[in-house]
Amino acid sequence: MDTLLNLLLLLVILLNFFLLGSSRLVSCIRTIAFQGGILSLLPLLAHGFSGHTLFLAGVAFLLKGIAIPYLLFRAIRQVHIRREVEPLIGYVPTLILGTLATAGAFIFSGRLPLIPEHSQSLFVPVGLATLATGFLMLISRRKAITQALGYLIFENGIFIFGMLLTEAMPLMVESGVLLDLLVGVFVMTILMHQINREFSTMNTDNLTSLKE
Amino acid sequence: MNFLFLSWLVLGLGACAAALPWRSSKITAILGGGSAVLGCLSGLIAAGQGLVADTAATFSLPWSMPGGSFSLRLDGLSAFFLLPLFIIGLVGALYGTEYMQKEKARLHWTWYNLLLISMAMVVTAANGLLFLFAWECMSLTSFFLVITEYDLPEVVAAGWTYLLATHLGAACLFAFFLTAGAFCGSLDFASFHLLSRLTGPVISVLFLLLLVGFGSKAGIFPLHVWLPDAHPAAPSHVSALMSGVMVKTAIYGLLRMCSFFPVSPAWWGGLLMTIGITGALFGIAMAAMQRDVKRSLAYSTVENVGIILLALGFWMHSRAAGQHVVAALALAGGLIHLLNHALFKSLLFLGAGSLMHGSGSRDLGRMGGLMRRMPVTGLMIVCGGMAICALPPFNGLVGEWFIYRALVESAATLSGLGGFFPVMLVGFLALVGGLVLIVMTRIIGIALLGVPRSPAAAQAHEAGWPMRSAMIALALLCLAGGLMPIQLLRVAGRAAVLLDPDSAHLFTSQVITPSWLGIMALLLIGALLAAFSFNRWRQGRGTVAAASTWGCGFAFPSSRMSYSAESYSELAQSGILCSCLTPESRDGRTIGFFPMIRSFVFTAPDPVLEKFFKPLFQRLAGYCRRCCRLQSGNLHIYLLYVFSATVLLLFWAGQR
Repeated sequence: MDTLLNLLLLLVILLNFFLLGSSRLVSCIRTIAFQGGILSLLPLLAHGFSGHTLFLAGVAFLLKGIAIPYLLFRAIRQVHIRREVEPLIGYVPTLILGTLATAGAFIFSGRLPLIPEHSQSLFVPVGLATLATGFLMLISRRKAITQALGYLIFENGIFIFGMLLTEAMPLMVESGVLLDLLVGVFVMTILMHQINREFSTMNTDNLTSLKE
Repeated sequence: MNFLFLSWLVLGLGACAAALPWRSSKITAILGGGSAVLGCLSGLIAAGQGLVADTAATFSLPWSMPGGSFSLRLDGLSAFFLLPLFIIGLVGALYGTEYMQKEKARLHWTWYNLLLISMAMVVTAANGLLFLFAWECMSLTSFFLVITEYDLPEVVAAGWTYLLATHLGAACLFAFFLTAGAFCGSLDFASFHLLSRLTGPVISVLFLLLLVGFGSKAGIFPLHVWLPDAHPAAPSHVSALMSGVMVKTAIYGLLRMCSFFPVSPAWWGGLLMTIGITGALFGIAMAAMQRDVKRSLAYSTVENVGIILLALGFWMHSRAAGQHVVAALALAGGLIHLLNHALFKSLLFLGAGSLMHGSGSRDLGRMGGLMRRMPVTGLMIVCGGMAICALPPFNGLVGEWFIYRALVESAATLSGLGGFFPVMLVGFLALVGGLVLIVMTRIIGIALLGVPRSPAAAQAHEAGWPMRSAMIALALLCLAGGLMPIQLLRVAGRAAVLLDPDSAHLFTSQVITPSWLGIMALLLIGALLAAFSFNRWRQGRGTVAAASTWGCGFAFPSSRMSYSAESYSELAQSGILCSCLTPESRDGRTIGFFPMIRSFVFTAPDPVLEKFFKPLFQRLAGYCRRCCRLQSGNLHIYLLYVFSATVLLLFWAGQR
């Protein structure tokens, strides 16, 4: 069971690298959907089958695997964007930074004073690495839609981290987080559509004019 | 205590009522001014009770603020400061009902009443947090009063200077109270007596914090820069209240906190004396160069605060040296001068406001000949001028007499070089006194005598009865203080008991009481009246040729030929003052037999503000502006900041 879990977590890291290196939005969204699907398996594998984990896995799969990718696909269809052409930081440098961040996450989590049953699992380093990937995505990309993707990866990192606490956390809080995410993406897609219609661009650089 | 609460209730209700949108500004003035008068009357009863009572009245309520409690304490020292507060609040309110008749001064009475409440709370608060709360309320309400004429740019600039100075001072006070509270375990003044166990440099640092914090409000010498701008900007009765009372609340804070300290080392007194005499000389020298009447009076406040500080510093110094008689004289001088200054400076500010009201300008060069058109105001200004010059029979003499006596007494008892410093201070104080005389004769001579220097001055009208009665009341109080110095000493003695019990018992003894001072004043009045009537009787027999004052011997003098305000003080400028104070003037010298039209420009900006504070703050602003580059406006950069901060925090947490 544990080997399968670790395998899935390593797969999450690989998907992170793919996301950082890919310029095509369609494949990015597919990858995110795939990552979401993997994440929804984690509660079952980590904590066994129970009403709580089943519910969590089902909702996570519905949202992360189906609903959010669907919304994002619709959004890029509406705004006719296929590629992120001019990232602030190039794809290769982002990949290198992502590798460094992942290595840093592994080193850092080795130093953390964790309880014994968590110290061997990969949850903490993978969670941190995914968080860093999300941050890198947010920092390095220009388009509003890739920003939304960065936000999603960021949330996936939090989800992985939260796996450690699934037994301690009440169901209500987890469903709240997931619902939050859905609403966030929902609002963001609508917002992107509106921004695109008003300004005929999705470039967030134009927000610079908002500074004092 | 109950009368104090009653006064706060009346003032608070008045403040609320004046804030309502009444149809005419007259209703607002009657509601606000009337409630201020009633509230001050009730407050005066409370102050009288506090002065008479032997034990302090206390009151305490819990407050939801952490560390705070709504505890009040009305003892001799508080009552001593409440007395001028409510007197000047009362006459100021009376004066203001006539003076403030502008539409834009809507909330004026609200701020005025709130200022009175917060000042009374400052001097009665017995908890550090409550004190700071009242202190900030006082600063903010007075700021709003200063910017009453907010459509004039210089008024707004003066307001900002004031707000900046007062907040920088408040920062020091916060530092002081938090440190003291941490040391004593509570912010209640009742537990502050633990401070007397402190020794060494800690207590000196606390004292310096207090000096800067309260000094920026009191206008002690290098921190006075807001005063000369804010006082002319504010309406006159507000200037009177600020200069007469608000500045003194800072002295109250200093005295109150020093009463918790152990017996102060001698160098604190020395520091206060140095600052005081420097401020006195600087203030009065600057006052002699201002064209603006109220600016001149504001600088004179700097001078008087300097004298008060000199007396209090001398008290600290001689108490540390164990000379109790000298300490008692100096303390009495400082406290009495403080009370007197509140009265005569308010009188002068009200008089200056009346001149402005009548002639439409604050500029001395646009007044002239107002004694004939505004006889009551003119007489009141002469009375206030005599008081501030420490001439009998007015009250200004009493305080300065004590200070001089303390200095002379100290010089007589000390031997060698130690006795030289008091003598030197006597000389400096006499120089200050001479310059005060120049300043006051300048204001009286240029504004009140001679012929009108502008068409508006020729059309000047006397103030109405509310303004006149306010000034007359203050002038009578000044006269009463001069005729009954024993009463002044008794009032000051109530405050001194808390500050210095060793010297306070001397206040009632024959060693220092000036019983003959009042009689001398009466004799002087009699002599003056006799001389005046003799002169009248003599003039009645023969004819005396009438010529215009400042006519300078011309056959048909016009007002442009007469002495101007600048030329009157030219001797003082070029002969007495040091070169760093020299005002900027662009020369209007004429050359040749048929000179061209020349203009002469004369400005006397504050040297401390221009040469020290402005460059300092501009440099600071330059450094701060460099930090603006961090705010690029780019979302990605902001996210990068968040990311790097998170990583740094994680590593910092991981290191621990």
